[in-house]
Parts: sequence; C-alpha cells; structure tokens
Amino acid sequence: MITIVDYGVGNIQAFLNVYARLSIPAETATNTQALQSASKVILPGVGDFDEAMRRLDGSGMRATLDDLVLERRVPVLGVCVGMQMLGRSSEEGVLPGLRWVAGDVRSFRSTSSTEPLAVPHMGWNDVRPTPGNPLFDGLEADARFYFLHSYYFQCDRETDAAATTSYGADFTSAVNDGNIFGVQFHPEKSHHWGTRLLHNFATL
Amino acid sequence: MLRPRIIPCLLVSNGGLVKTVRFAAPKYVGDPINAVKIFNEKESDELIVLDIDATVRGAEPDYKRIANLAAECRMPLCYGGGIKTAEQAKRIIGLGVEKVAVSAAAVETPALIARVSKEIGGQSVVVVVDVRKRAGIYEVWTHNGTRNTGKRLDQAAEEAESLGAGELVVNSIDNDGMMQGYDLELARQVRELTSLPITLLGGAGSLDDIGRLIDTCGVVGAAAGSLFVFKGAYRAVLISYPNRDRKEELMRRVAVRA
Repeated sequence: MITIVDYGVGNIQAFLNVYARLSIPAETATNTQALQSASKVILPGVGDFDEAMRRLDGSGMRATLDDLVLERRVPVLGVCVGMQMLGRSSEEGVLPGLRWVAGDVRSFRSTSSTEPLAVPHMGWNDVRPTPGNPLFDGLEADARFYFLHSYYFQCDRETDAAATTSYGADFTSAVNDGNIFGVQFHPEKSHHWGTRLLHNFATL
Repeated sequence: MLRPRIIPCLLVSNGGLVKTVRFAAPKYVGDPINAVKIFNEKESDELIVLDIDATVRGAEPDYKRIANLAAECRMPLCYGGGIKTAEQAKRIIGLGVEKVAVSAAAVETPALIARVSKEIGGQSVVVVVDVRKRAGIYEVWTHNGTRNTGKRLDQAAEEAESLGAGELVVNSIDNDGMMQGYDLELARQVRELTSLPITLLGGAGSLDDIGRLIDTCGVVGAAAGSLFVFKGAYRAVLISYPNRDRKEELMRRVAVRA
C-alpha cells in the first residue's frame, strides 16, 4: 500500500488521483495507526519549511516515520518541500529537518549566477537523471517536470544526487540514498512524465 | 532549460465558463470542468481559473467548485477571485491548488500579499493586476475594470515583489478578447519592473502572438483566454491548445533571442 502522509501540507488529492488512474492502491495517513501498514510512503509538501516541519511534528507521526524509514527501510519519496525536509536544515527557516539525507537546503537568491535569476524557479524544466536510477526508469532521454520553489537541496555526497536540473547553475533536483528518495519538482502535476515517475516509485 | 509557460486562462461567472471582450460582454463558452478535462488531455503547462463574480459581489470563494476543479486538474492550477484574507488562501491551497491569485484586495491593501505569503509560502502567491493604458501610463483597475485604483503598474509591481509574491500576472484590459496580439510595450515594461516570474494576459489571437511575446520577454508566462476557447472569425467555441511540436517551435524562440 502506498501511503501519503497527510499532515495538512501539500496536494494529497493529486497523488490519489494519479494512483487511481494507474489502478495502484493508495491511501492517506493522518495518524500513526494508519501509517503502520505502509509499504511505500510519500511525504508531500508545499510552502514554508518551518511551517511544514512544525505541522509534521504536530501530527504525531514523526516517530513512526523515523521507524518506518530508518529501521524498517520502507521506501519514502519526499516531494518539493517534502524533499527539502529530508535534509539537516534550510536557509528558509530555523528548525532542523528530518536528517535522513546528508545535505542542507539553500536559497537561489544566495546563489551566484551569471544572469539575474527570476525567483521562484517556476515552470517546466529538464531533469537529467543519474544513469540507472530506478525512479527515472524510462525517463532517461526525455524528462520534464513542473517546478515551483525558491530553495534547493545541496547534498554532502555527490552520489546521493539522483537528478540534476539547470537554473542559472546546475542544482540537485532529485536525491536518493538507499530507500530514501526526494524530488524537488511536482510529479503529481507533471502530466505523463510525473505519472511515469510515480508508477516507478510504486513498483520499486 | 526552463521553458516559457503557455497558460489557458479560464473565467468563471455564474458557474459557467465565459469569455469577455475588454472585460465586458461575457459570452458563455461551456462548462469549467469539461474544459479542465480537455486541457488535461492536451497536457497544458498550467491553468489559471478566475472567478470574475466574487469580488464585485463581495462573495466568499466557492470552495466546493475549487475542490472539484483541483481534483480534476492534472496540471498546476492557479485560482483567483474574491480572495481577501490569508485564511481563505490557505484553505484554497489545502484543496489541492498550487497557486492562489490575489488582485483587488492586494492592490487596495498591499500588506495582504505579505500575510498570504507567510501563510502559504511566497512561491504560491500570484498577484494579478489589471491595467488600462491612459496617456502612456499603465493604471491599475479592479472590480472587472470598473474601479480605477489611482495606482500605477510600477507601484503595484514593486509592492508585489517587495512583499513576497511569487509571480506577477499583468492583464491588459484594452487588449482583452481583441485577439490582435499582446501589448508588447506593456510586456517590455513588466519585464523591466520586476525580477519575479511574470505572465502576460490579454490579446493573444494566434500562436505567433505568443511567439512574439517570447521574442520580447524570453522565459515568460503567456496566458490567453479567447485563443484557446474560440475558433475562426465567427468565434465558434472550440477548446484548443498547441500540440507538442508546435509548442517546441515556440520554445526555441527563447534560444534564438538569447
């Protein structure tokens, strides 16, 4: 069962819609009990980093998530702010992240670039997957996704980057460390490309 | 490469989809949900839906309609119309909408932009300004073009950016529904005024008009109503959107420009 963590942040319905069209069972979890039976977890997120972390803490699901992801090694996919939450910290806020992937979240505004960069990074952009990453199976030649963000994930280890996108400079648009995945873009709103990626996650 | 966005803009009035000319004479063109389904199939870049009744009637956003739209929409959705508070914006985001547009209330009370940004994150806050050109100056109007705010475009753009909005949509009242091309002078000014992502609306009558906007502004949002709902000189209602090849051709004009 794919379980989408519903902590009051992110477009839960869009994920359910995609999986309904794919005939893949998916459900939401608003509490620990519902989360227990997850075999795959999606952590959505939009908006402010600290607000998202506060809400996740307030949902009471954090300890169960840590157990699922770090002990039981259930595959997890963080989306947008949900990806940023995988790291240690964010320049957007002061609260610590989940610390599941070694890295920190940086602002595009503090990134030097040859040309003035419109922020947020908004719209459809190319995503270049690391060869062989199962999340991007079938998307190696032509992957295009919808982005809407002002901050990006910077990995400590280059090997944790699962995809790269160019905006002013190259940044990490997907991460993968073991059972932990994150995508900065919105697969749930990226037409057939996003559907393919969510299908790939479901069949890992 | 980040691509320009080609965005159908749908106007909702009395529960139906309408298209106006210079903000007047709304013509019924169909059912909003049906239109969303068609744009799903055509893989449109984004969608803007604006309720043009809410502000003039002082009505609350229609949350049930928004939930239905969001549930159907497989592309990023921007919803606007009658939003006056951060709480309303937050509720709309919670229904599965990516971006919330604020217009009249944000022009009248710019602090609203900061409050909404804090609540839902600046990247999801779209400021829509409707402008009319008078004596070479772009003036900001609200309430479907019936109320002159006395504010100039440059002031509204500065407020949007400094108070934390994520996008500026500029709608030309003069060109609305005319289908004779975007106001490219307006587009140039908007590009100069802000480092926010920008979207122009009003006037597109052909894909070449979108091409000319891209020539002028580079990576830009090109929004259009009439172009995507009418066909031919007699304005028969037919929903359309450029296919992938045609779109790629338009996108290449950014590279040519650079």
